[in-house]
Amino acid sequence: MCKDCGCSITTNNHQHGHTHVDEFGREFTHVHDHEHDTLEHPHEGGHHHHHHGEDEHSHTHQAAHETLHHNPQLNDSKTIAVIKKILDKNDHEAHHNREHFNEHGVLAINLMSSPGSGKTTLLEKMAGLAPFKFGVIEGDLETSRDADRLIAKGISAVQIQTGSACHLDAFMVHKGLSDLAIADLDVCFIENVGNLVCPASYDVGSHLNIVLVSIPEGEDKIAKYPVMFRCADLILITKTDLLPYFQYDIECEKAEARKIKPNVDILEVNINDEASIKQVIEWIEFKRKMRN
Amino acid sequence: MHEYSIVQALLTQCEDIAKENEAESVTKIIVKIGKMSGVEPHLLEIAFNTFKEKTVCDGADFVLNIQPLVIECKGCGVQTTLEKIYYKCPACESLDVKVIDGEDMFLMSLEME
Ligand SMILES: Nc1nc2c(ncn2[C@@H]2O[C@H](COP(=O)(O)OP(=O)(O)OP(=O)(O)O)[C@@H](O)[C@H]2O)c(=O)[nH]1
Ligand SMILES: [Mg+2]
Ligand SMILES: [Zn+2]
Ligand SMILES: [Zn+2]
Ligand SMILES: [Zn+2]
Ligand SMILES: [Zn+2]
Ligand SMILES: [Zn+2]
Ligand SMILES: [Zn+2]
Repeated sequence: MCKDCGCSITTNNHQHGHTHVDEFGREFTHVHDHEHDTLEHPHEGGHHHHHHGEDEHSHTHQAAHETLHHNPQLNDSKTIAVIKKILDKNDHEAHHNREHFNEHGVLAINLMSSPGSGKTTLLEKMAGLAPFKFGVIEGDLETSRDADRLIAKGISAVQIQTGSACHLDAFMVHKGLSDLAIADLDVCFIENVGNLVCPASYDVGSHLNIVLVSIPEGEDKIAKYPVMFRCADLILITKTDLLPYFQYDIECEKAEARKIKPNVDILEVNINDEASIKQVIEWIEFKRKMRN
Repeated sequence: MHEYSIVQALLTQCEDIAKENEAESVTKIIVKIGKMSGVEPHLLEIAFNTFKEKTVCDGADFVLNIQPLVIECKGCGVQTTLEKIYYKCPACESLDVKVIDGEDMFLMSLEME
């Protein structure tokens, strides 16, 4: 009996969850929906051009479920063990988004922070300084102000208005990436909705996560929102020009962050100090080079 | 609050599984919510009980198990259930640890009729 869904199966090659590993060595384990008669994952955008060899797998699924449905004894059982990630559909779409980025050699970076920590300002400042070509998928509850600000700086940007959703999910980003000409880009930023909670639960298909936290937000933010900082590859402590006006022990905050994510990189940013922006750019450029 | 979006995903999963199993309704659902999953268990429960109405889960019992953070040290191999969010092996102080459980949200089982 398969512990994933209660199917009665005898073949060894039946597997519900499977793991993909991308070139960054990250693992994606996902469990498929049991769409018995389709070999492809359903997609909204209608692209089915990059599938990852699951045909054989789907056949075993199909066989397994036929056994279930035509076995009256099993139909009587009322409790079934499932063990599925609740956000498995999102995770699968995220994995698919990553394939789009990979296909075009684009490094995708998810920018997250509280409202107003300086995400859009950082992107604006990077425009004249970055050696790579970048575009931005902007997420906000309302308005297209952030995208307009970037377009005014000559950066290609598309706005996603999430309405009531306080985070971007992989489906919204998939839509955004079909509106942005990503083929021409080296780096695609996804500026998430300003929020230190929800965005951390949703993989949007980025390769790297950058989390910003600004001095005026106060000293306790990292410890109070550990899930967000846990998912960071780089933490930017922003608005350091304001340090003289706030009680803020920056070394203590760095130590706090490394309790949650021991190997996290941390940089300090002051938007008026070009050298600090260049450091961020160098970090991204280094990661980009490590892909080739 | 994203607990609403998470409940929507969960209800869709239940609908799909009930359909596959030719069940008419779900009577009990068990989920496992990691301490470090980013979800507030209490809010998730309220959201579930609000949005289950008129779905296959209408009337279903919602059992939520909170999963603490469990790490395994890559140095000394000791497994620890952490009280505080501090990714460090308490046995040998190594920071090179692997997460065993507590960072995800799972649908564990369904009771249907
Ligand atoms: N003093 C100071 N102000 C800054 C710095 N960086 C950004 N700001 C200011 O902070 C405010 C908010 O910046 P944004 O870039 O719009 O913040 P955001 O994170 O994009 O905000 P949302 O998209 O609404 O979440 C603006 O008034 C910026 O000028 C900095 O390094 N120092
Ligand atoms: Mg912004
Ligand atoms: Zn499958
Ligand atoms: Zn696609
Ligand atoms: Zn897949
Ligand atoms: Zn494509
Ligand atoms: Zn929320
Ligand atoms: Zn140890």
